[in-house]
Amino acid sequence: MMEDQPRLVRVFSMHNLVEIKQLHFEREERVIFGGVDIQIPKGKVTAIMGPSGTGKTTLLRLIGGQLRPSQGEILVAGENIHQLSRVDLYTLRKKMGMLFQTGGLFTHLTVFENVAFTLREHTNLSEAMIRDLVLLKLEMVGLRGARDLMPSELSGGMARRVALARAIALDPQLIMYDEPFTGQDPISLGVLVKLIRTLNDALGMTSVIVSHDVTETLGIADYVYVIAGGKVIGEGTPDFLERDETPELKQFLRGLPDGPVAFHYPAVGLEEDVMGESV
Amino acid sequence: MMLDPAGLGRYGIGVLRQLGKAGILLWRVLAHFPNVRKGFPLVIQQIYAEGVLSLLIIIVSALFIGMVVALQGYHTLAKFGASQELGPLVALSVTRELGPVVAALLFAGRAGSAIAAEIGLMKATDQLSSMEMMAVDPLRRVISPRLWGGFISMPLLTMIFNAVAIYGAFLVGVKWLGLDSGAFWSNMQASVDFHLDIVNGLIKSVVFGLVVIWISVFQGYDSEPTSAGIANATTRAVVYASLAVLGLDFVLTTMMIGGW
Repeated sequence: MMEDQPRLVRVFSMHNLVEIKQLHFEREERVIFGGVDIQIPKGKVTAIMGPSGTGKTTLLRLIGGQLRPSQGEILVAGENIHQLSRVDLYTLRKKMGMLFQTGGLFTHLTVFENVAFTLREHTNLSEAMIRDLVLLKLEMVGLRGARDLMPSELSGGMARRVALARAIALDPQLIMYDEPFTGQDPISLGVLVKLIRTLNDALGMTSVIVSHDVTETLGIADYVYVIAGGKVIGEGTPDFLERDETPELKQFLRGLPDGPVAFHYPAVGLEEDVMGESV
Repeated sequence: MMLDPAGLGRYGIGVLRQLGKAGILLWRVLAHFPNVRKGFPLVIQQIYAEGVLSLLIIIVSALFIGMVVALQGYHTLAKFGASQELGPLVALSVTRELGPVVAALLFAGRAGSAIAAEIGLMKATDQLSSMEMMAVDPLRRVISPRLWGGFISMPLLTMIFNAVAIYGAFLVGVKWLGLDSGAFWSNMQASVDFHLDIVNGLIKSVVFGLVVIWISVFQGYDSEPTSAGIANATTRAVVYASLAVLGLDFVLTTMMIGGW
């Protein structure tokens, strides 16, 4: 019965906004992805989880067309993103928003101007309309009062929320969050989790969350992929994954030090390493 | 030291790859002229940041260089009883060589380094990536205004450098050492040719401006997104730009003296 659950969800979501097929990607001979298949259904919150260094951020950059896979294809809204012309790629990106791990705010612009950036670049709206839209977006992330601050005056968590307001300024169809929960205090964490869900459901966005914060991510996602060692080691609804007894999944989701995924970077034995110098 | 052919080959390919990337960057910037409504204000901002903010160092350096050339020239010319020729000496050295070259070297140190560091830091803090993901091409929004701003600023700075340096020479030669003011200016007017001396000097400054700013934006854009990477990019921008200016100066001077 449990085995069938992921399939049920896939059948339910017949229209995928993003489809990743047999993705291969290497960086300096190190295999980051060795044949990954992921479907991101429209209107759902899909989480991609995995230990640090498994290429989760790389995956988002591949979906956004900033990196090119060595094999396989990525379809976004039915278009193979790596075969698009530059003009078409930029047109497609207007329908995407991405929240970077570092925020990526423009340091020479105020909070207001940062959020207004895409509106000024891509629309011909009046100044009054831009002001209203920016203030509404800032209100959503609780930072309307911080509109005149410079990014250097914001805490890390606040900067991330401003970046979120900027990412949703054009009401994109797809929004990608890169480690959205890192560095948030408990209050803003709770607000952020609620906000991601609200944005997704109320505005009809499709969300992709890349994270290794197990509790928050499983609490919000409709469907979860777990990546380790360049492969998808598990997928399914949060309930399904929590009951899964696959050793790799169990180790990751419960934060166990011992298991198939090594905590230590490959090295010679400690005794040999320490004693080797004096011999 | 053993010559390693494979290493040498890799180094050569690396250099060619860098040149190719820099060439593509320049082509894409030149091929997409900034549009009037959005691009023009950005270019004006950059003319302020690169040109206006470089004025102080340009004016002060030009004043001292003009004064030193006049002082040295006066003592040398006096040995041959030709101190009346100080005006032409200063004007020709400044408009033909010192103006374009020194202004370009100062520009590389003041504006080139700042631009390489700024773009490098924008890259390291994901500002360029986030711009790309917002469907705004960083080449158009960040690189292009900086390149055009520098390209326009450099000849203007050179003209100001020339004028201030000649004024510095006037202060030393006429006001201090007591040369006749009329002889200083009339000899200068008689010896300096508008096309051969002034225009050729400005052609040099246009070429130097493009090369300095091209190297600076490319080094910033191509930098490793780390603090050491930004430091390297800044250093490389100044060193490569300075060497390119001096090398190109020789080439251009040869062409101009050869009467191309």
